[in-house]
Amino acid sequence: MTNIIEIAGLAKTFPGGIRAVDGVSLEIRAGEFVTLLGPSGCGKTTILRLIAGFETPDAGRILLGGRDVTDDPPYRRPVNTVFQDYALFPHMTVGQNVGYGLRISGVPRAETADRIATTLRMVDLLEKIDSMPAQLSGGQRQRVALARAIIRQPKVLLLDEPLSALDVKLREAMQVELMHLHEKLGITFLLVTHDQREALVMSDRVVVLSQGRIVQCGTPAELYDRPATPYVADFIGTSNLMRATVAAIEGDEVLATAGLHRLRGAAHGRRFQPGDKVLLSIRPEKAALVTDGSAAEPGANLIEARVTEHLFHGHALRMELDIGQAAPFIVDLQLSAAVETLRLPQTGGRVAIAVPPANVMVFPAEAQP
Amino acid sequence: MKLATRRRLSALGVLAPPLLWTLLFMFVPYAIMFTYSFYRKEFPIFIPDFQFGNYLQLIQDSQYYTVFFRTLKIAAAVAVAAVALAYPLAYFLVFKIRSPSLRAALYMAVIVPLWVSYLLRAYTWKTILGSEGVLNSFLVWSGILEGPTDLLLYNQFAVVLTLTYIFIPFVVMPVYTALEKIPRNLIEASQDLGVGPLRTFLGVTLPLSIPGILAGATFAFCLTFGDFVAPVLVGGPSGTMIANVIQSQFGIALNWPLGAALSIVVLIIVLSIISASDRLERAGRLNLG
Repeated sequence: MTNIIEIAGLAKTFPGGIRAVDGVSLEIRAGEFVTLLGPSGCGKTTILRLIAGFETPDAGRILLGGRDVTDDPPYRRPVNTVFQDYALFPHMTVGQNVGYGLRISGVPRAETADRIATTLRMVDLLEKIDSMPAQLSGGQRQRVALARAIIRQPKVLLLDEPLSALDVKLREAMQVELMHLHEKLGITFLLVTHDQREALVMSDRVVVLSQGRIVQCGTPAELYDRPATPYVADFIGTSNLMRATVAAIEGDEVLATAGLHRLRGAAHGRRFQPGDKVLLSIRPEKAALVTDGSAAEPGANLIEARVTEHLFHGHALRMELDIGQAAPFIVDLQLSAAVETLRLPQTGGRVAIAVPPANVMVFPAEAQP
Repeated sequence: MKLATRRRLSALGVLAPPLLWTLLFMFVPYAIMFTYSFYRKEFPIFIPDFQFGNYLQLIQDSQYYTVFFRTLKIAAAVAVAAVALAYPLAYFLVFKIRSPSLRAALYMAVIVPLWVSYLLRAYTWKTILGSEGVLNSFLVWSGILEGPTDLLLYNQFAVVLTLTYIFIPFVVMPVYTALEKIPRNLIEASQDLGVGPLRTFLGVTLPLSIPGILAGATFAFCLTFGDFVAPVLVGGPSGTMIANVIQSQFGIALNWPLGAALSIVVLIIVLSIISASDRLERAGRLNLG
């Protein structure tokens, strides 16, 4: 597999001394769907703009399809962008918008018309070919922007938070549409988003960024199950984080004390010494509640707790529990037929939280983020 | 008293003074002028009448329509020249100056001349262009000319030059606003689609700034059309414009009915240009999101 994008040592500082991108290196294979994920201000959009050529890096190189394009202007790069607020030309019809790049670069009129029709059919908007952008709904504008960006068959499609302006239902539908389009076109997609669910659903690979640096890069499952740092654990999905001190090491298991609680966790190859300060991370859905009547899984950690809050999510029930720490402990229960909602512990009720050691992730405390 | 009535009364109370002002000092004078344009002149008095002799005279007497066409030509030339000079300036301010404070300072520098007396600025050109003027002195000093020339002053070119200089800020303002309103990502989108800077300008920036150009050109055109100071100062006999003729009809020539007829025609021309430009601007106005 060849790398379609190679970025090495990319850095960009904006006036005012903000280090937006701070030494980012990344390789993306042809045909991959990669997502840059991070909170606002983490540099993800700047990386995209550097690849598109709207910004010039202070340091580092950008290679597209093996060619160094670092010093090329945007109009000489084999990439196209779907802008966050679509950036449709308001004085052109949908058809003119989509065909704009082809028309100017001298593609014959008949071929241009053909390709406009084909591309608009692909996004299911052929009947709007003569409408003005102002007459379209948000979702339709989004698809015009998409059509305009793919008509030139770029090597890479850059998507800058393309779904953030859409409502939830439409966003989920567009996620599926984007994935299908990616399969159909075989173009490399590089998406920028702050929505971790979007990243997990759509991508082959997710790059988590913080303060202009790559924190972790991997498949959605890797990021979720084996986060490299507490930051990733907290950013992707939800995590209960507890400060603790290592008491003993037993093989790959770490025995740690957090306040009054003693917990066994999985080191996952990380080395610790007794006395080390660590952060324990537990996913809310990987903990169970044990009431008087039921038995815990053998070997599981048991944490004494008191229910403080019930948050009903329809398909799931989120419970907040007081375990004598500053932050409440969160447990998510799937409301399947097997769970009898009525017999769940009520607010104020005393329960135990059961977590198998394999589901307690242990991180060095100083690894921030 | 009902609430609705009370509201209407209080609205009337607020609006009455400006309405009265407009009525007294705009519509009444217009009405008087309109009436006068049908009067007859019998030296030394004007006789109330309703006849079209004054308007007929404007069409038949070549000296009037010649001045009309000259004024149209000068106004068009000023509008074109002012847009041609103001557009690059506004473009430079909006797109090339990165620092907002520097941009604001330069914008102010363009606007500040408006605070200086119009008469003074027109007069300045007289001292620049005159036979003893700055330009002539320079040309003679540098050896380009042997002696001072009087070709620079007292002609239509001098009028166009002076008025262009004076009205440039009126064009820079709307063009600047129009350019500033164009979302930057439209320009990025164009470049992203493989279109170079020149084509991007022609295909995106220029079409989206047309409302500003129209507004600026209309300002320059209409202000020039009614101007009578510049022709007096730098125009000479060949630079006489319609406002000078109107002035003399109400003054030396003592023919108010003819002057009124001329004024009505000027008013109609200016109003139709403003409404045409407004309609064009409305048609081209787009939702820039």
